[in-house]
Amino acid sequence: MTRMVWLSRPHLVPAGAVVGSVHSFDTSTGVDGPGTRFVAFLAGCPLRCRFCHSPDTWYQRSGRAMTVDDLVTEIRRYERFIKVAGGGVTLSGGEPLQQARFTTAVLRRCAELGLHTALDTSGFLGDRATPELLDATDLVLLDIKSWDPATYRRVTRTGEIAPTLRFARRLAERGTPIWIRFVLVPGLTDDPANVAGVADFVATLPTVQRVEVLPFHRLGAHKYRELGLPFPCADTEPPTPELLDRVRAQFTDRGLVAR
Amino acid sequence: MVQQHSTAVRPEQHAAVGSDPWRGFHGDAWRDRVDVAAFVRDNVTPYRGDAQFLAGPTPRTIQLWNRLRDMFVAERERGIYDVDPHTPATITSHAPGWIDRDRELIVGLQTDAPLRRAIMPNGGLRMVENGLTAYGFAMDPQVRRIFTTYRKTHNAGVFDAYPADVLAARRSHIVTGLPDAYGRGRIIGDYRRVALYGVDRLVAERAAIKASLDDRPGTEEVIRDREELAEQIRALGELKEMAAGYGHDISAPATTGREAIQWLYFAYLAATKEQNGAAMSLGRTSTFVDVYLDRDIAEGRLTESAAQELIDDFVIKLRIIRFLRTPEYDELFSGDPTWVTEAIGGVDAGGRPLVTRTSFRYLQTLYNLGPAPEPNLTVLWSADLPAGFKRFCAQVSLDTSAIQYENDDLIRPAYSDDTAIACCVSAMRVGKDMQYFGARANLAKALLYAINGGRDEISGEQVAPATPPVSDDVLDYDTVLAAFDRTLDWLARTYVRALNVIHYMHDKYAYERLEMALHDHPVHRFLATGIAGLSVAVDSLSAIKHAQVKVLRDSTGLVTDYAVDGDYPAFGNNDDRADAIAVDLVRRFMDKVREQPTYRGAEPSLSVLTITSNVVYGKHTGNTPDGRRLGEPFAPGANPMNGRDTHGLVAAALSVAKLPYASARDGISLTATVTPDGLGRTRDEQIDNLVGVLDGYTDSGGFHLNVNVLDRATLEDAMAHPERYPQLTIRVSGYAVNFVRLTREQQRDVISRTVHGRL
Repeated sequence: MTRMVWLSRPHLVPAGAVVGSVHSFDTSTGVDGPGTRFVAFLAGCPLRCRFCHSPDTWYQRSGRAMTVDDLVTEIRRYERFIKVAGGGVTLSGGEPLQQARFTTAVLRRCAELGLHTALDTSGFLGDRATPELLDATDLVLLDIKSWDPATYRRVTRTGEIAPTLRFARRLAERGTPIWIRFVLVPGLTDDPANVAGVADFVATLPTVQRVEVLPFHRLGAHKYRELGLPFPCADTEPPTPELLDRVRAQFTDRGLVAR
Repeated sequence: MVQQHSTAVRPEQHAAVGSDPWRGFHGDAWRDRVDVAAFVRDNVTPYRGDAQFLAGPTPRTIQLWNRLRDMFVAERERGIYDVDPHTPATITSHAPGWIDRDRELIVGLQTDAPLRRAIMPNGGLRMVENGLTAYGFAMDPQVRRIFTTYRKTHNAGVFDAYPADVLAARRSHIVTGLPDAYGRGRIIGDYRRVALYGVDRLVAERAAIKASLDDRPGTEEVIRDREELAEQIRALGELKEMAAGYGHDISAPATTGREAIQWLYFAYLAATKEQNGAAMSLGRTSTFVDVYLDRDIAEGRLTESAAQELIDDFVIKLRIIRFLRTPEYDELFSGDPTWVTEAIGGVDAGGRPLVTRTSFRYLQTLYNLGPAPEPNLTVLWSADLPAGFKRFCAQVSLDTSAIQYENDDLIRPAYSDDTAIACCVSAMRVGKDMQYFGARANLAKALLYAINGGRDEISGEQVAPATPPVSDDVLDYDTVLAAFDRTLDWLARTYVRALNVIHYMHDKYAYERLEMALHDHPVHRFLATGIAGLSVAVDSLSAIKHAQVKVLRDSTGLVTDYAVDGDYPAFGNNDDRADAIAVDLVRRFMDKVREQPTYRGAEPSLSVLTITSNVVYGKHTGNTPDGRRLGEPFAPGANPMNGRDTHGLVAAALSVAKLPYASARDGISLTATVTPDGLGRTRDEQIDNLVGVLDGYTDSGGFHLNVNVLDRATLEDAMAHPERYPQLTIRVSGYAVNFVRLTREQQRDVISRTVHGRL
């Protein structure tokens, strides 16, 4: 945070000068929303998920200070490619709603450029998403970590399920398209009742377009080592294809499109 | 999709089609003069649908291919399957050969047996001798006597005339891969002419051109042209004789699709019988052939399955083109490549797609026969290609990793809509352009020479002219750039002098008689240079500019290592601070090449392409100021250095797309490897997304893209168990190889390259 400039009267700051903390940015295809996308990973997250593959994005102070203009300048280098290739911009993290003001300004600018926008969030801070923010959001990638409140707490260590559910219902009511993401971690999130709870809930949301069941992987393990942090899932194996099939079927059985 | 029956017309049936060979064809321009491009334009039937119509392999095709597959196993074990060490190859030197005489639809082999290689000593006797020795064969003393006592070779001529600085540059590897010991290649005859016009018409055309030179003054140029035309006419006669050996009279035009493919293939085959060219490319034949197949189908003489069977058979022949080369050659260009490059797709000058059903059929061979590196199928990608074709190409990439893409929207305006690719990325108008190609200049090593006052950083030898070495302990950007600029002056001069000598001698001692007979007269010539180590040189300059680079000298004052303090922007991240250096370097070197006098007035050009030689270049280049260690491979072609492109493939692609095509008209190569998951979650999405990436890259001015869709685990398993992956094909810089035929070192290099999980 030392490199960041915090202004005492933020309401007087022009939107382009709003400062955010950005961990990194990247381009991806087909994994962070539709098509080829510019993905900005914002630094700072209130959750401490046991399976998290990016512990280097937990702290807002570990990011790089960028103004909205800085980030939009970077995005514009990819604007034409993205438009021709088909895709958009995804704000991910960390938790982008932890920097809701910055996120709002960036999404708005992207929407003004005619770029498809996606917000990748756990929904835990969904209450911070203003109507203005959601107006500039074409798609929400909503990560529902678990259904059972105790499991949710065990998975995220710091979070609770209720704000996410509240946020999901709000999105559905205002007609915002949703892609649900569910990280399948053997021994942690795979209990059939836990999955059924998520699936039953998701089936009530009319704007859900698909469910992505993401198999747990250990590719982030080296980051824990570099940060000197213990990796709680260090000994957890990725799910078997059979387990993945079972969980996907729990979603498709409810008429959902699951991948 | 799999119709397993064959209704191909048998010779006895199609012999009856003795009617007008041009029946039903449209247009006039191509009738009065030799102009295949006009014929294609007047007769193409663009196909805008999807791949549903395609047919699978017939039992005949499978049997024929399986017979060869067994032979490939022995070939891989022994290095070569067989060679005829006694008979220097000419168009007519060998008796006809067959794989399986009763089953072949398209006939003709380079020698009298499949996979039996020929010797071609005109290029160089040492190449022949080393090639034979490496695989346990002895040189025939009589061949040796002929090519030492009576007949001079290209190789001997070159070394008679090389100046001293070329020899020094060659020895120190600052210029590597000069075609001074074997055929230069990269010349594409317009083989379609033989099918459309028949040999007799082409002989008459050559004779008329030759006669038209009778009144010209007796200058060296005119005398040489007359002799070359005489040789071309002679080669066309030999072509007819060779075809007659297989029972075909090709003096007249082809009358059916099968004949068109056969005539065209005979012409190509004859070229590969007289030239051991480094790249023996085919041209742009699919849409031409389609006109004939389409007519046969309309006349009720061919089914889809039979049409596909002809293409499959043709491609089987193209897959077994072989040349005798040495292990040293293999180290540079691994996997026994022949670059039978075929350009598919593209649009015409008016934006109409040149995609036909036969364009699909060529790609379908990768399913019917399984993936393979040859022919080097190259899709000319345009925004205006039909969606069905775009999707099929992307699907083929996903399934086989065997095809490459080049930007038709850049090529067409710069050349024409009848342009083919020689080797990997070299565009030339078919039958109108040729090129004098050779080697690459090592820009990373040149930077080290600049710092060391022209001394080699490994041997300490003075290679470039002595200049004051950079004396600072911390490198200053402007000082280094000024010294680098002087070194590049010397390098461009030395390199072009080497090429001039090589091509003078090649024309003299190993002239491509048949290939040149299938070009217009006079032909337009390019002198095609190349560079290697671009991203290493760029990152080194960026480090000097944006970080602090301290030099470490040995006891003789030679700088042998560098210590980099701080971060610097690296090439491949869509960051102009680094990318602008790359743009400047390409432009700068091309401008210097342009200043050099060229043999026969050839137009200079430049490519950013290394093929697999990036490994060898790295091996011979010391520590560099970007932190790269001595011996570490360069990135291939115009690729960013491994692991330094940290913002995904799109960022890397956009950096490469900034390189100015106007200064690299011979092509700019980018090789990308993605995992299937890195393109999307379902197959349909993966296909759509790859189409999008290709559209985006083409639109942003990117020239060439090799697409591998693979995961690392597959490659590692193939290294451990090569016998399980005989057909695993991957794209390296500009061509495809059987992964299991790469050297271990090259396999490791491929695996270590950035595999983009997130594209």
